[in-house]
Amino acid sequence: MPEVLIVDYGGGNVRSLTAALERCGARVSVSADPDAVAGAERLMVAGQGAAGAAMAALESAGLADALRDAARRHVPLLGVCVGMQVLFDRSEEDDCAGLGLLHGTVHRIHGAARLPHLGWNDVEPLQEHPLTRDLPSVAYFAHSYAVTSDIPSALAITRIDDATIASMVVRGSVAGAQFHPERSAESGRQLLTRFLAWEPA
Amino acid sequence: MLRRRIIPCLDVSGGRVVKGVEFVNLRDCGEPVDAALRYAEQGADEICWLNITAGDEAWHELLIQVQDAGTRIDVPLTVGGGVSDEPHVRDLLGAGADKVSINSAALDRPELVTECAERHGSQCIVVAIDARKGPDGTWEAVASGGRRPTGRDAVAWAVEAVERGAGELLVTSMDQDGTQSGYAIDLYARLLDAVDVPIIASGGASGPGDIADVLEAGVSAALAASIFHDAISTVEEVKDACRARNLPMR
Repeated sequence: MPEVLIVDYGGGNVRSLTAALERCGARVSVSADPDAVAGAERLMVAGQGAAGAAMAALESAGLADALRDAARRHVPLLGVCVGMQVLFDRSEEDDCAGLGLLHGTVHRIHGAARLPHLGWNDVEPLQEHPLTRDLPSVAYFAHSYAVTSDIPSALAITRIDDATIASMVVRGSVAGAQFHPERSAESGRQLLTRFLAWEPA
Repeated sequence: MLRRRIIPCLDVSGGRVVKGVEFVNLRDCGEPVDAALRYAEQGADEICWLNITAGDEAWHELLIQVQDAGTRIDVPLTVGGGVSDEPHVRDLLGAGADKVSINSAALDRPELVTECAERHGSQCIVVAIDARKGPDGTWEAVASGGRRPTGRDAVAWAVEAVERGAGELLVTSMDQDGTQSGYAIDLYARLLDAVDVPIIASGGASGPGDIADVLEAGVSAALAASIFHDAISTVEEVKDACRARNLPMR
């Protein structure tokens, strides 16, 4: 049974993500302890809320360093929504520094007729990867900030009117999904199943 | 392309789904978590859960049920009804709600919207507005489940709510609610011009055609209760009717 630890920094949706991972057959633990993060074989960072508050919580609890260390050890890591956004160098939201595991800046989405980007939208693959094997698919989004599709780590893209965002990213063992797999029905199950089986080179 | 959403609504009182006409004459329509699961399986894009019982005990029961629903369904869950302060929002998000809707408390104290959006992000704060049409054709925001007129213009209140950080508006036409006479298209047209957040239309669906009509008018989502509870249409039948009108559906 695959094991995964969800980093609990006080953000939302930990409960629904836990349930979704359990439906995919994972043994899930939820922890705010940096030592537990250091010992985990697979990690997820959930997300709901603002980037600044998420980063402040991660830094103050010592979780940010534990995550950077896990990335250096090539532990598979998946960030979801704001949990993906904090993987980058910076976020324009709250003008805060991120974990710096992925390069680029999270911007407010430009070119969408209405924000937040709320609802189900296409996720289109840019490259072949174990995490994109089920794409294209349709997933649930709830956000106003994103990375643009031209960043080097972009793995899949999503179009919102005149905007094109990177809806999945990866670099080495660090991956992110801008949508909510725990709320994306079959598409979400597929991504979580792929992530649980993922062995980054 | 961003899809339009179909949102079955569960009005929950005493732990059971109920439905009334123009917010009165409630009748029992079953167990809410079962209903949420059934609609999710039918292809609902989101579930809306409105608690219509006041009091601490009902609130506690709500949190337990939301926790149950939130871990069992795999589509987004919006919860509202009786949300009067920021700790209520925190409770519901912690229990597993993806979005929380605030109605009367926001009209009484608009700063509440700002506080909740700053703390939790606009994407999870929905301001629900119940609107009633006046003799002059303008719409008034009414509070307390339609029982308390506010004198506030519904469109002006929508603009303020968005300025304060509401990420979405759930707007119910009280004149249409439960009457199955079609959505109040003129109200949504005004709101779509006035604000740039997604709008959920609610109140008046008699069948798939009404839902397609209001989505064609430009709203992001349509909410309906009776047609689903009374099995007049399934969610999938509604979506088929919308697809036939070339609306982008999941």
